[in-house]
Amino acid sequence: MQSNKRHGGTWTTLLVLVMVAALFSIRYGAVNISIGEMVSGLNKYFTHPESMSLNERIFMDIRLPRALLCLVVGASLAVGGALMQALFRNPIVEPGLVGTSSGAAFGSALYFVLGATFKFNAGEWTLPIAACAGAVFSTFLVFVLSQSRDTGKSSIVSLLLTGIAINALFMSGVGFLSYIARDPQARSITFWGLGTLSGANWHSVIIVGISTVVCLIIALRYSKQLNALMIGEEEAQFLGVRIKRLKFNVLLVNVVMIAVATAFVGIISFVGLIVPHFIRMLNGSDNRLLIRHSALLGAILLSAADFTARMLLRPAELPIGIVTSAVGVPVFIILLRRKNYFF
Amino acid sequence: MLTAQHITYQVGGGKKLLDDVSVAFRPGDLNLIIGPNGAGKSTLVKVLCHQLLPQKGSVFYGDRNAADIPIGELAQFRSVLSQNVELAFPLSAEEVVMMGRYPHFNARPAEKDRAACEAAMQFFDVVPLADRNYLTLSGGEQQRIHFARVMAQIWYPAGEGCRYILLDEPLTFLDIHYQFDFMHKILELLREKDLVAVGVVHDLNLAAKFADRITLLHQGRVLADGSPETVLTTENIRTAYRLEPVIHREGGELRLFF
Repeated sequence: MQSNKRHGGTWTTLLVLVMVAALFSIRYGAVNISIGEMVSGLNKYFTHPESMSLNERIFMDIRLPRALLCLVVGASLAVGGALMQALFRNPIVEPGLVGTSSGAAFGSALYFVLGATFKFNAGEWTLPIAACAGAVFSTFLVFVLSQSRDTGKSSIVSLLLTGIAINALFMSGVGFLSYIARDPQARSITFWGLGTLSGANWHSVIIVGISTVVCLIIALRYSKQLNALMIGEEEAQFLGVRIKRLKFNVLLVNVVMIAVATAFVGIISFVGLIVPHFIRMLNGSDNRLLIRHSALLGAILLSAADFTARMLLRPAELPIGIVTSAVGVPVFIILLRRKNYFF
Repeated sequence: MLTAQHITYQVGGGKKLLDDVSVAFRPGDLNLIIGPNGAGKSTLVKVLCHQLLPQKGSVFYGDRNAADIPIGELAQFRSVLSQNVELAFPLSAEEVVMMGRYPHFNARPAEKDRAACEAAMQFFDVVPLADRNYLTLSGGEQQRIHFARVMAQIWYPAGEGCRYILLDEPLTFLDIHYQFDFMHKILELLREKDLVAVGVVHDLNLAAKFADRITLLHQGRVLADGSPETVLTTENIRTAYRLEPVIHREGGELRLFF
């Protein structure tokens, strides 16, 4: 089929762009790293790390993990958006709007301020687990509170409004925690609100990478059922979809993926909103393609945003959330103003 | 054979939408359910397709209780067209029809699934719409796409048992030409003796003309059930619709005037 060829073309183009974006964000920054330094740095890192030059160190310890973290976080956020939009059957939903991100930020802040006092400790997984707990709690709250008492269904209006309320609640919780925190803790909390990848290291790359890949594979398994959901929940059931199980599982996957990413980089809004929207314009709404392509475009966009955040005030850097919001808010408003988003 | 036995369905507050309803639909017949607004027609269809679970009574597909059939398996031999299907995202008409095949394949559609879609689209004359965005189609065109979708779902015979199609007010968005066209097509499909077709319609003359068997619901109960002649009597119509019909019979055809 002709359309298959076009999809193949999109896939290849996006893959190439992912590599270009990653290469750019590694190459340029406060100091520029040459390709030669990248190759020798990679080589020495495994053979004789003691002889690495400063630039080679910057490449291996800072730039490369940061570029990789950008890719996996961007993919997570974009796929999170695509999944939420499919679940709620509405193109203006994203994890930042329905409380997932702020819940994750609250969980992470709790860990930073009170982590030492709690007995619970799961090593390097403690932070992501705390974020997941917060995100599950907040998303669940939004989900339940936005449901109409009569029909048990949530309209998009009540969903977004409940999202605003719960976001405000959890962000004030984060504010409270940073108020009672001692100074170094407070600094690490402040950045959750704006998002930054400056804390990237191999540890965060591995954890976010694992969660992204696992959740992505699970999400793809549900993509056909999510397609069926497009013609309505009842209709999907007539096509053999077990709707409650689908909603629960996809929402859980989604929340975990977003929470783990948020735990390490803070709240980055609007990626989940814009990316699936572009992909839909490019090659339709079929979730089997939408999820894959969103992962790639999300990785590209977040790399570009991080690149911008680092380059604008070089050598200082902006929180990345400011960049994504600057692009995302206008897109969100344009979407809202367009016809028939089922208000 | 699709059978409902002693179905009672209540909503909160105790109102009985269906009250001890028993019906049986034979394969090869065109079974139409009629009745005034609020008589329980849609509720009965939803109970029949196991979407609503009745407080009392059971539904049987052949000799299997619907409650014992996993919904994934049910979807392979029973398709349902409900009222007001709304699409959340733009899709091509062809992609919507392919959804009918979802119960039959895992990741990608097989050749068999594509063939079923194409045949169903040809059957309902919607091939020219295949590449159009579903959201830009007219109400009638969208409805015909859904005919193709629900038919593609049960395009191939289902082994031992029957295939079932349930249609809740399928004619709503259609002009008179396509209403008749659709009825003729359903009759054509029914020539294959393993298809059980049940539909809800409002137009009594259409029911009189095409149905093999009519079920008249009134206040959640079966008021009359049988051939058009036995169901569409002055007395039954008066009771159900509070209107006095004039009934004409000419050349074996039944016509109602109000």
